[in-house]
Amino acid sequence: MSDKNGFFDLSKTTLSRRTALKGLAAGAGLAVAPGFVRYSQAQSSAPVKIGFQSHRTGIGAAYGRWYEKTSAAAVKAINDAGGINGRQVELVIEDDGTDPARGAEVVGKFATQHKTDIVFGTLFSHVVIGSAPAAGENKIPYFVVSEGHHVASTKLNRYVFQPGITDVKSQIQSMAPWIAANAGKKVTQIFPDFAFGYDHRDYLPPALKAQGADVIAQIAIPPTESSFTKYFPQIPAETEVIYHVMVGPAVLTFVKELGEFYGSSRPQLFGFMDSLEATDINSPGLEFLDGSHFWEGSPRYAQADDSPAQKAYRAAVGIDDNGAAVGDAKDVSTASHMFGCWETLYVVKKAMEDAGYKGPEDRAKLVEATEALKEFAEGPEHPQGPKTFNGKIHQCFGIQNISKVEGGKLKVVHKTKIEDGLYEAEGDYTTQAL
Amino acid sequence: MHFGPHLLLAALEGLVTSAVLALTALGLSLVFGVMRVVNVAHGEFFMLGAVLAWALSTAISGHPALGFVAALVIAPLIVGAVALVAERMVLRRLNYNPEATIVATIGMLYIIQQLALTFYGPEARPVEPPFSYRILLPWFGYSGYKLSVVAASALLLVATWLVLTRTKVGLLMRATQYDSETAQAFGIPVDRVYGGVFALGAMLAAIAAVLIVPISQAHYLMGQDPLLLSFIVVIIGGLGSLRGTLVAAVLIGLSDGIISMFFSPTLAKIIATLVVAMVLVFRPQGLFGTASR
Amino acid sequence: MTEASPAKAYSLHLGVIALLFALSFVLPDYHHGLIARIMVLAVFAMGYNLLFGYVGLLSLGHAMFFAAGLYGAGLSVYHLGWSVPAAFLAGIACGALLALVIGVLALRTSGVAFMIVTMMFAQVFSLLMLYFAVWTGGDQGLVVQQAARVLTLGGTTLDLTNPTVRYMSALALFSIVLLATLAVVRSRYGRVLVAVRENEERTKMLGYDTFSNKLAAVVVSGTICAASGAAYALLFGYVGSSFASVQYSILPLLWVLLGGAATALGPLIGTLFMYYVTDITSGFTSAYLLIVGVALILLVLFFPKGIMGSIRQRWLGWLP
Repeated sequence: MSDKNGFFDLSKTTLSRRTALKGLAAGAGLAVAPGFVRYSQAQSSAPVKIGFQSHRTGIGAAYGRWYEKTSAAAVKAINDAGGINGRQVELVIEDDGTDPARGAEVVGKFATQHKTDIVFGTLFSHVVIGSAPAAGENKIPYFVVSEGHHVASTKLNRYVFQPGITDVKSQIQSMAPWIAANAGKKVTQIFPDFAFGYDHRDYLPPALKAQGADVIAQIAIPPTESSFTKYFPQIPAETEVIYHVMVGPAVLTFVKELGEFYGSSRPQLFGFMDSLEATDINSPGLEFLDGSHFWEGSPRYAQADDSPAQKAYRAAVGIDDNGAAVGDAKDVSTASHMFGCWETLYVVKKAMEDAGYKGPEDRAKLVEATEALKEFAEGPEHPQGPKTFNGKIHQCFGIQNISKVEGGKLKVVHKTKIEDGLYEAEGDYTTQAL
Repeated sequence: MHFGPHLLLAALEGLVTSAVLALTALGLSLVFGVMRVVNVAHGEFFMLGAVLAWALSTAISGHPALGFVAALVIAPLIVGAVALVAERMVLRRLNYNPEATIVATIGMLYIIQQLALTFYGPEARPVEPPFSYRILLPWFGYSGYKLSVVAASALLLVATWLVLTRTKVGLLMRATQYDSETAQAFGIPVDRVYGGVFALGAMLAAIAAVLIVPISQAHYLMGQDPLLLSFIVVIIGGLGSLRGTLVAAVLIGLSDGIISMFFSPTLAKIIATLVVAMVLVFRPQGLFGTASR
Repeated sequence: MTEASPAKAYSLHLGVIALLFALSFVLPDYHHGLIARIMVLAVFAMGYNLLFGYVGLLSLGHAMFFAAGLYGAGLSVYHLGWSVPAAFLAGIACGALLALVIGVLALRTSGVAFMIVTMMFAQVFSLLMLYFAVWTGGDQGLVVQQAARVLTLGGTTLDLTNPTVRYMSALALFSIVLLATLAVVRSRYGRVLVAVRENEERTKMLGYDTFSNKLAAVVVSGTICAASGAAYALLFGYVGSSFASVQYSILPLLWVLLGGAATALGPLIGTLFMYYVTDITSGFTSAYLLIVGVALILLVLFFPKGIMGSIRQRWLGWLP
């Protein structure tokens, strides 16, 4: 089990001497082109440095590893196609320990020591919120892939963006019509008793109400809990659908114990894939999930109607038809979220090209160029699907998948529309000073 | 669900928690009582037991019970050996100085956690229970394996109690606990007793982890909660009191289950923690401890 | 501890402060920011050291005092729109009040029970911050907006998010607390505290009210930690429950033990050491926790009294 986690090789795939040399060559070629004259050859041929704030240790480590794999694949694809503005892209990775205080320090380190052009890649909401002030103070654009509602709430600052993954408020709102129409009208919610759960607690009831369905009970479970059975009696007997979203290492226990509690006579189940990211749905004890439905950001299993872009993306990242690492069926990916890294990097590329970005002195221009973006077409750069972008709240909107567990696989049974997830903007970042 | 069945369920759940907690806390209590060492890495020995259980049960094919039994025997032995090495190489050299051992065991905590992350990975991994029998009660279903954990834990506690009170090894340990200097003067190999106790404490944590891992999963950060809870149990029960440790574990396990019936879970935890803290404030020697010697 | 000549001790510490001041002009950006953070956290460690090092009370709950300052200051800016000085004082007041209540209760116990009781009170505090997520932001925390972190003194406005202002503010806080603790531990009161650590019964028999002395120490210690937390919220702009977790109770213990308990400079050295070991090792391996763990064990094996404690023992007996 030497380097099973790829801790030591991932950072190097993007930094190999060959790509660096290629970058130098490409940069040198472009240095004579108009617009680059102002800069010395060394400067213009230097790679675009992207600071990757990664959860390598701490509670987010399972996600961090796949975020790194996906980002490395995207950077390779971008570099193979000529880089950004003719410059090669280099990922500089720092571990934030999934801790907000360390996260802020890491952002500072990227801005002042590594002197990266942007910071990118954070998942866990508390790390995003903890790091946001450091990004604003250092005036370094900070592209997160977190799905939290924090960016769109406009409570952060003008330098924070989430252009590659939809936020949880939008996801919940998109799910409500399907749940009400297909699963049942009386819904009991089970969610973790912390901020991520509160988004579900607060946004689902009104969304269901609008569809003529009701949340009849809300059961909050502390995130430190390792046993769940004692909460199940709180589920009302008339419940038609259990809407569950649990995160953390104990989720398997949650599903298993739900199975033991109900046996074969269970209500409908609707869950968020966050519960089972990086977990094989054929693990012992999960048979109970057969026939239930899940939200998926991007499908874990290859689907019959996958677009060529989706197929190319899966191949580039290195996941097989079951969403596990090629060559290691037990190493299951975080497919529902990690596509956001790929798409975000392409948004960064687009914005940097629009801004004519040359170096850290152009960061403000990069912010404005990102805010000016309107939509992203489905394709190799956006394999999950088409998206729109609201520059005022720095958040993208896209389609969602609803998948059914069938024969140990997840089959997409419904795709929502972008409009299903739109909501009123809660503020406007563009009024803040740069 | 009606009140009666709900209470029954909460009590059953509380018993399972208590059973595992009692074993884990007993290990901590022994180390604490005999050696006066606050072992911050105790939770990591627990985690190591669970991770090894996963490794052994996946390595052994055939009926899940085979792998489980192998894990139940081998994992604690490996963990005990690791603990013994750590004790000989580090704690003994520190002369069991209370402050130095805290820092050293924090160091061990980091090392074990990082090794688990590097070699085992960040995922939560399940272990198949040796048997899966669902007990069907009139109001709800319940895992048969969970009840067997309570039974197994009770057996192990009785066995430990017998060893402590009825055997020569137990006598040596108790003598060392009571007064290590006098014990030394009477020719008791205190040094070896310390090594043995530290290993035994870690093994008890590992056994508890092997028992619980088919219910929850192995994860490299799973050691933190058992550590905190064990500390509380040991203090509430009173230092070095086996009976106290057991009663405190049952009390805390059950109250955790039952209080959560009436309050929102976070509020329940606030109340439970505050109550336990107040008990300690007004009875610092614990429920069963004697006043400080 | 051999008797130190006051002049020697004070000039050493003023020298350290002068060195930190001078460093502000030569440090590269990143280390400049890092040292500012370390100085704020060293204040936390100094508050901890007062209780642990000098009185010998090992608390595992000091995160609650740090967090009381953090939330007290952060929330009064966030929800009430208070100015920076008012918020800073609010944070300190929260910490002092909390320390008084906790002190009265927890000091009924001693030794291991004191450790556990303080840990449990801190746990309650941290759960309360999660429970009242509507106001505290729960586990996600809150951002104190940049525009609110401005200090108006007379006619001049100081932007606390400016690196130089931030560094100097941190240094000012650090210097005040360093000199104040130095004065306290060298005073008559400080000697009583050490006497309590060495033999509480005898101190009591000599006619000292040990409970009041210990309570005063808990309150002073808690207040210093709260000042550190309040400064952290205002200088770095983030308030979150992770600062109230057990981890942040263990960290100051670690810093103090590493730097040397009951030494005036130990907390700074310990904090500095841990930060740089983590920072440097994380640069070349993601398994840096392993290296931190090994470093801890080696330190405790070969420098059992911490860095400053060992220096004092071997070379500089007069070190305070």
